[in-house]
Amino acid sequence: MKKNRFGSRLFMTLIGIFLYAPIAVLIIFSFNASKSRSVWAGFTLDWYTQLFQNERILSAITTTFLVSILSALIATVVGTAAAMGFSAMKRRPRGLFLSINNIPLINADIITGVSLMLLFVFFGGALTALGFRFRLGFGTLLMAHITFNVPYVILSVMPKLRQLDPNLMEAALDLGATPWQSFWKVVLPEIWPGVFNGMLIAFTMSIDDFVISYFTAGSGVSTLAMEIYAMTRKRISPEINAVSTLMFLFVLILLIIINVRQIRQERQERNRRQQIKGSEMPVDEIVSNEIISLLGESEGE
Amino acid sequence: MNKKGLSTPYVIWMAIFVVAPLILVVVYAFTSKSGGFTFENFSGMLQYAGIFSNSFLLAIIATAICLAIGYPLSYFLAKESATIRKVAMIFIMLPMWMNFLLRTYAWMSILEDTGLFNRLLALLGLPTLHIINTNAAVVIGMVYNFLPFMILPIFSVIEKIDRSVIEAAQDLGANSVMVFKRVIFPLSLPGVLSGITMVFIPAVSTFVISKLLGGGMTWLLGDLIENQFLGNVYNPHLGSAISLVMMIIVMICMAVMNRFGEGEEGAVVL
Amino acid sequence: MKKHIMFLLVFAMILPFALAGCGGSSNVVNVYNWGEYIDESIFDEFEEETGIHVNYSTFETNEALYSTLKSGGSSYDVIIPSDYMISRMIQEDMLEPLDFSNIPNAAKIDLSQFNIKPEVLSYDPDGTYSVPYSWGSVGIIYNTTKVTGPVDSWSVLFDEANKGQVLMFNNSRDAIGLALKYLGYSLNTTDESQIKEATDLLIQQKEAGIVQAYVMDQIFEKMISGESAIGPYYAGDAITMISENPDLAFCSPKEGTNLFLDAMCIPKGAENKDNAEAFINFMCKPEIMVRNADVTGYCVPSIEAYNLLDDDLKNSTIAYPPADRIANMEIFTNLPEDTLALYDSEWSRLTAAKAG
Repeated sequence: MKKNRFGSRLFMTLIGIFLYAPIAVLIIFSFNASKSRSVWAGFTLDWYTQLFQNERILSAITTTFLVSILSALIATVVGTAAAMGFSAMKRRPRGLFLSINNIPLINADIITGVSLMLLFVFFGGALTALGFRFRLGFGTLLMAHITFNVPYVILSVMPKLRQLDPNLMEAALDLGATPWQSFWKVVLPEIWPGVFNGMLIAFTMSIDDFVISYFTAGSGVSTLAMEIYAMTRKRISPEINAVSTLMFLFVLILLIIINVRQIRQERQERNRRQQIKGSEMPVDEIVSNEIISLLGESEGE
Repeated sequence: MNKKGLSTPYVIWMAIFVVAPLILVVVYAFTSKSGGFTFENFSGMLQYAGIFSNSFLLAIIATAICLAIGYPLSYFLAKESATIRKVAMIFIMLPMWMNFLLRTYAWMSILEDTGLFNRLLALLGLPTLHIINTNAAVVIGMVYNFLPFMILPIFSVIEKIDRSVIEAAQDLGANSVMVFKRVIFPLSLPGVLSGITMVFIPAVSTFVISKLLGGGMTWLLGDLIENQFLGNVYNPHLGSAISLVMMIIVMICMAVMNRFGEGEEGAVVL
Repeated sequence: MKKHIMFLLVFAMILPFALAGCGGSSNVVNVYNWGEYIDESIFDEFEEETGIHVNYSTFETNEALYSTLKSGGSSYDVIIPSDYMISRMIQEDMLEPLDFSNIPNAAKIDLSQFNIKPEVLSYDPDGTYSVPYSWGSVGIIYNTTKVTGPVDSWSVLFDEANKGQVLMFNNSRDAIGLALKYLGYSLNTTDESQIKEATDLLIQQKEAGIVQAYVMDQIFEKMISGESAIGPYYAGDAITMISENPDLAFCSPKEGTNLFLDAMCIPKGAENKDNAEAFINFMCKPEIMVRNADVTGYCVPSIEAYNLLDDDLKNSTIAYPPADRIANMEIFTNLPEDTLALYDSEWSRLTAAKAG
């Protein structure tokens, strides 16, 4: 039994090395004195200082965060409303709409990207002919991101709505609350974990996306991922390694803080013999659980 | 008070941004450059049969490797303590926060003929390996990028298996192999199917991994499609046709797999 | 309250449309150029002088540039394609005629003293659509520590001795072109059998395992680090590579090669045409050309700028080959539609071939 444990731990360690080898290379070479990506020429912090003067990288970072935050927020509002609407529907139409909703999730990214590009070019041409100004750019990028984000929000909110007691809203209304109040004060707190998870997943997916952005952003704007892609086609600048190292450390620290806080909380809660609710789950767990529930759902349909 | 109305804006949105684009793909696939109806885009696709088969082959190999690594890893991990499980999950997710293009690019530095891995081999007095710009490098890139998508669903399914079910089986005289075969594996099957879907689809349609690690020596379907839209050949009609065929083949694969999976599950329940 | 929610939802979804419609009001010029083909510090100077901000992005090949423009939706103001592609774009009405009253510096462009045949400008016979940016030739860059035999012919790229060490162009026109030259044919042949013969040669080369990778600008890293031994590329970039790795050398093959000229154009429908012309005008200043040439290694299209160059670059036979060499070079011309289609299908045949 003990030997068995040793074997499995060795196996896990090897996978760990496999997963982190390229990250180690990236971080180490962010301190490399030469531009080469495989020959070590001495230690420097130059790339970190130059990074803050590189206007192109900085504007790519701004675009990335702007599109991710905006699309996550819009997707959360639209998706939550849509989920509430869907859950009030009869089985048939709900099933139909949910399967359409699943298409962007199941389809390969490249197909989503290419099909949206055809749409933008096709209708963009028509709109331009009618005298409107329509160009591929930040707007189309945002539309594409909303399109692939809303499904995650809906799939994350739906289960919470299903758990919701249908009499709750009615009770609030009977007690004299306006519909808006009853949503805001009664329904939203109940479904909030789902809404929040949905928003986080949407944000993560946006930050991570390359393929769909690549086909829908046109000229003029580019996200960090697109900027990196353009660089890999020629000579990559170690400044990019520096950006990624910083982002990586940021997330790492964030996760550590969240988890330490959570462990402390758990300890406290345990004393009170209480279960902790989903909203306190660390980001990674939320995402993983969500991905599972999401695929479970898509297969169930 | 009609709550259904809340979904109306999104239904319109889906019609414009989900349904209409796919209809456009179909329309483009069946029209020629001059705009007339044609089957030419499909009949001309025969010359790409090699790329189709290579794409599916590599994606299948990568998926199989991910499963072969991901399943035992999830299984071992589920046996660990809650703290180790939590830490391990964070470490599996964390790389996804570093841009995948960059991580794939780093594999280039590792795998090149004069790269870090071969320098390490040479240092140890071992013969060097030619990996970069081969199918093997592309598969390594796929496994690396998509392994977490295999681990996560399998792990969370195994983790949730009720211990008492396993104990009951043991009490009824099942040995550990039997327990695995008759209890754990069937119960983890939904996770496995999710994992396969989540690895296979991005693997079969990637163009970045093959470009970076394949050095243009191995073309995949993703490269072919990208090439028709923003690459060296401008032919969105052919690109749409290839996308359509790829989508249909993938859909058939998934349907067959899920049917097969459902059958298995059904058998277990009985 | 229903109305409020609906308003919020509709507003949320209209927002991106509004964003797609606006923009373009600020003072910018969108420049689309080859990778590794400019001194980017020039942009700051340009902005200081004119107040126009440069949005810069790069493409990999002429054909990719063509796809991006053709697919619509993009909004570039200045593009820098090569000769044959400009000619194709003129034919397909994709370019805007230039207003030379805004580009007085274009008068400084003068190719007559570089031993180049005047036909080099035939891609834009009246010179209404383009202003030359720079020119150069294609040759072989190789690592002298790895390639031992003499290098004077395209044949080294097909030589079993360099197995697994050869880089090749990742675009059909350049790759098939060099094979055509090696076989002794014209770069601009429309003879189907010649083009197929050239492709067969490339397929053989791939199947025999001689090719290491098909690349464009990734050649820099691979040659400089010593990962690859030999590959065809543009002379200007060869100068850059040699300056970073002195083991490298350049050869202009005896069978002849391609002489190219890249020029600045404005695509049809450009939104900032005046800014684009101001940018083109700025790039035609001899001192700017010189700065550009120092970084890129490519040849300046002006004798005035040439005279300002460092002696090293001025006397470089890699950049400015002797007259007899230039006489042996051929320029690409735009090919008829069916030959272009043949190039596409032949290139697909190559990409589908199994590597050895």
